[in-house]
Amino acid sequence: MQRREFLALCGAAALAGCSKGAPPLPPGELGGMNFKAGHRLWSPGAESQSGIEETRQVGVLIVGGGIAGLSAAWRLERAAYRDFQVLELEDVAGGNSRSGANAISAYPLGAHYLPLPNPEARVVRAMLADFGVLQGDPNAANPAYDETYLCHAPQERLYRQGIWQEGLVPRLGVSRAELDEQGRFFQQMETFRQARGRDGRRYFALPLAHASRDTALDGLDRLSMHDWMRREGYGGEGLHWYVNYACRDDYGTDYRQVSAWAGIHYFACRMGHGQGADDVVLTAPEGNGWLVKRLMERLSGRVQTGQMALRLSQRPGKPVEVLTGQAAGGPGVRYLAEHVIWAAPLFLLPRVVEGLPDHLGNALAPLSHAPWIVANLSLSSLPGAGAGAPLSWDNVLYDSPGLGYVVATHQRIRRAPGPTVLTYYRPLSELDPRSARTRLLEASRDDWAQAILADLSRAHGHIREQVSRLDVFRHGHAMARPLVGLMRDGRRDTLSSAWGRVWLAHGDVSGLSLFEEASHWGVRGAEQILSQQGAPLHERLA
Amino acid sequence: MQREVSSAGEDPRPASLLQQALLVSVFIIASCGLAYELVTASLASYLLGDSVTQFSTIIGAYLFAMGVGSWLSRYVGGNLVQRFIQIELAVGVLGGFAAVGLYLAFAAQMGPFRILLYLAVLAVGILVGLEIPLVMRILKGQVAFRDLVSRVLAVDYLGALAVSLLFPLFLAPYLGLMRTGLLFGLLNAAVALWALKLFQTHLPKRHGLGWATTLSIALLLGGFAVAGKLSDMAERWLYADDIVYSESTPYQRLVITRWRDDLRLFINQNLQFSSKDEYRYHEALVHPGLASLPRAGRVLVLGGGDGLAVREILRYPQVNAVTLVDLDPAMTHLFSTAPFLTDLNGNALNDPKVHVVNDDAVRWLEDNPEVFDFVVVDFPDPSSYALGKLYSTAFYRLLTRHLAPGGRLVVQSTSPYYARRSFWTIAATLESVGLKTAPYHALVPSFGEWGYVLAGREAYRVPERYPEGLRFLTPAMTPDLFRFSADMDRVPAEPNRLNEQNLVRLFEQEWHGVTR
Repeated sequence: MQRREFLALCGAAALAGCSKGAPPLPPGELGGMNFKAGHRLWSPGAESQSGIEETRQVGVLIVGGGIAGLSAAWRLERAAYRDFQVLELEDVAGGNSRSGANAISAYPLGAHYLPLPNPEARVVRAMLADFGVLQGDPNAANPAYDETYLCHAPQERLYRQGIWQEGLVPRLGVSRAELDEQGRFFQQMETFRQARGRDGRRYFALPLAHASRDTALDGLDRLSMHDWMRREGYGGEGLHWYVNYACRDDYGTDYRQVSAWAGIHYFACRMGHGQGADDVVLTAPEGNGWLVKRLMERLSGRVQTGQMALRLSQRPGKPVEVLTGQAAGGPGVRYLAEHVIWAAPLFLLPRVVEGLPDHLGNALAPLSHAPWIVANLSLSSLPGAGAGAPLSWDNVLYDSPGLGYVVATHQRIRRAPGPTVLTYYRPLSELDPRSARTRLLEASRDDWAQAILADLSRAHGHIREQVSRLDVFRHGHAMARPLVGLMRDGRRDTLSSAWGRVWLAHGDVSGLSLFEEASHWGVRGAEQILSQQGAPLHERLA
Repeated sequence: MQREVSSAGEDPRPASLLQQALLVSVFIIASCGLAYELVTASLASYLLGDSVTQFSTIIGAYLFAMGVGSWLSRYVGGNLVQRFIQIELAVGVLGGFAAVGLYLAFAAQMGPFRILLYLAVLAVGILVGLEIPLVMRILKGQVAFRDLVSRVLAVDYLGALAVSLLFPLFLAPYLGLMRTGLLFGLLNAAVALWALKLFQTHLPKRHGLGWATTLSIALLLGGFAVAGKLSDMAERWLYADDIVYSESTPYQRLVITRWRDDLRLFINQNLQFSSKDEYRYHEALVHPGLASLPRAGRVLVLGGGDGLAVREILRYPQVNAVTLVDLDPAMTHLFSTAPFLTDLNGNALNDPKVHVVNDDAVRWLEDNPEVFDFVVVDFPDPSSYALGKLYSTAFYRLLTRHLAPGGRLVVQSTSPYYARRSFWTIAATLESVGLKTAPYHALVPSFGEWGYVLAGREAYRVPERYPEGLRFLTPAMTPDLFRFSADMDRVPAEPNRLNEQNLVRLFEQEWHGVTR
């Protein structure tokens, strides 16, 4: 009996039935960070190559046009202080909150939502009030928000075992015991949310600058989130997946490396509410790009893009000297600034500053950054609904290397939804950052496109036929990694203290790449300078 | 016990060839067995809904029936090959036509459908259950028992695997359920034909079997050819009346039926109106609001591409411009050209005062600055999140910007009887954006008790007169429309905000209870 032949024949027949031949990849581009210009910072004597043709004097020079830098500028502008300049290395400002647009919709290239701000996040609240999105008193317990920016229902769903379920915590097909365990986990997070130190402040405040200085919970910074969960007796596979998902989503880092203090902070820090709005985020088709657009409107052309700071030096009693070059090549400028707000990633400092003091150098040394891929897929129509919960704003696939996708047209009110853009997120958290960046430089757009379509095809069998374009955007140093031991080591105090006439203002100061942190440090730098200059502050937000 | 005639032993041909042939048959038989099960379960889910229940009960019943068949196989004796061929033909015809028969039975409402469904499942299951034991007994003489069991069962499960993969990927989407059933019926018949050829020398009544096989194949081929027609026929029965028009547009499926003088429009199988009583729905939709605005000149209609609301609006001589925004050009084209429909809407869509716009209503409102004295909102019920957004605070804020001073809008608001909380949620939503509401209801026999909400910046007063020619409304009975009986009266409700969309959930709960 030739059973083997028979089996082979069956196999061949089955294959012949299936292989129509995969359709060709949709067109698209590989975009993202300006590697070339960025890496020029590494080369010694970079400033001498560009040549300096001009000297400019300025009151405040802001280096970096991400959320921190734009927030600093927004605060100066708000105080009617206009003698400032923002320098941004990339072609457009916005950093992790940049966005793009095509004929179908605007879409995010990075961060895509902002949780309703806590009462202590006064900077974010003031900003949202300034933009008219937070209505009424910005310090109210439950302010009213413009509902066009509140994420429309349904907000999120999870694809697991062939079915879409509401929310991101695996609940369908999960045992009673595991559900109880999830309940215990969230109850414990709620306890952490309310927990206050002896100084009366919350341990897990956001921004971190408002957190308690009590050291009672510092032990949480000495083990990873994964190990903490094991220690506390959490064993459910679904819960572990979910917590790791959260760490990869907010920190670009696996929960086996994330400090338990940071992991808990993710769940315990947020307590923002709005009128008729709980457990909801602020979003727009372009993700957080709408915040960048509003900030830029306020800054009336004082943001210069394609400009990189190559050298920074300061001597007592003298203005800070900053030499710049153009990212595209071409002559640079010698700035003499009364004050500098360094709002660029902090890992650049040692390469730019002559004689960086040891205490700063040491505080910066353990910092590392996670790389990311963000892909935008144009679809001729909404992706097929599939079994279970209907298409939501955020759609996550269980056990995927990616973090799922958001739907750019979700906030539209339409009878017939029509074509759309999906934004797919993929942190390279399975590799150490250095190898991940090598992979980022080597992998082609087609490599990523294949992998992304294969991943999404698990839930959407026909997606290849719907996608007309797939652009891939690379972030080389997207997020500070809150590793074990980095959250409660006093580094934040060192980095946030005055260093001569320079203020460090970036999410990296906290070690958390969050909008709330970046905007806090940016505004704080601006307020410190304003108060030093004796300008009337009217209010202190940070 | 009867004497078994296992004829293969005396066959002069190499035994392995016969074995192989029988094992290929097992593969096909197994595929067919699973295919009938999947086709029936899918059909039941399609017709009855609740796919988890349908799949699990049908698969359960089917497996049970197969067990019964296997047990019964001990009573099958005589010429085993002959029995095998007879069973193959029976499975082929019965299994092959099961989907067609059940669909027609459902559409024609012949008898209790669920009983027919499970009878068919049991019959096919018993016959399929007989197959494998018979094959094993036929092969018994030639193969060692443990080889026999391992080979036959291995091939049996392989066949099942092949179909379980092919069914969702290829068969159901491309062939459809009816044709898939018939195709596997043909495969069973082909196995019978093959067995007939292989064992021709050992079959006593070859001619009878030959005729039966030919007839079965002819029947199944015939069924395959007319499956499309049968499906159309079933659809016609399903709608009970003659389909006078049907079209699938990019947005929806339109079906118009007629029975005697009753025309009915269905969109995606949902009844939109019956010409018998649509005047009640449309008079109630338009006149309580518009008659209270004696100076209203500009009217906007959102949805309502059938032109029936416009027909009512055109009764007012002071109205000089009606803008109708409907998504689907096929719908407005149909209702402005087909004679039996323009008779119904009084050729309203071709009136020079009427301007038809085919666009998404919300996009049009976002892009357009015009204001109106009266707005009729006649959207489908909030049965999905996309439609729920058209009943949200954000949408009503947008709409309010298009309302002239003193203007008013009316919203069709589902049934305050069947979906009481949904109805009052719509009222609460309109109130939460600062409008004063006047909720009311009317009885439309083909829908039941139906609800509407009038809303404006100023308080509403019922009109004292209506235009000539109304068949339903009178000024005297109008105040009654604004009174609600105890079982429809106001209940507390939260506004339908976009970030919650509580209306969609409520609506689903309430109507689910009704259709159960």
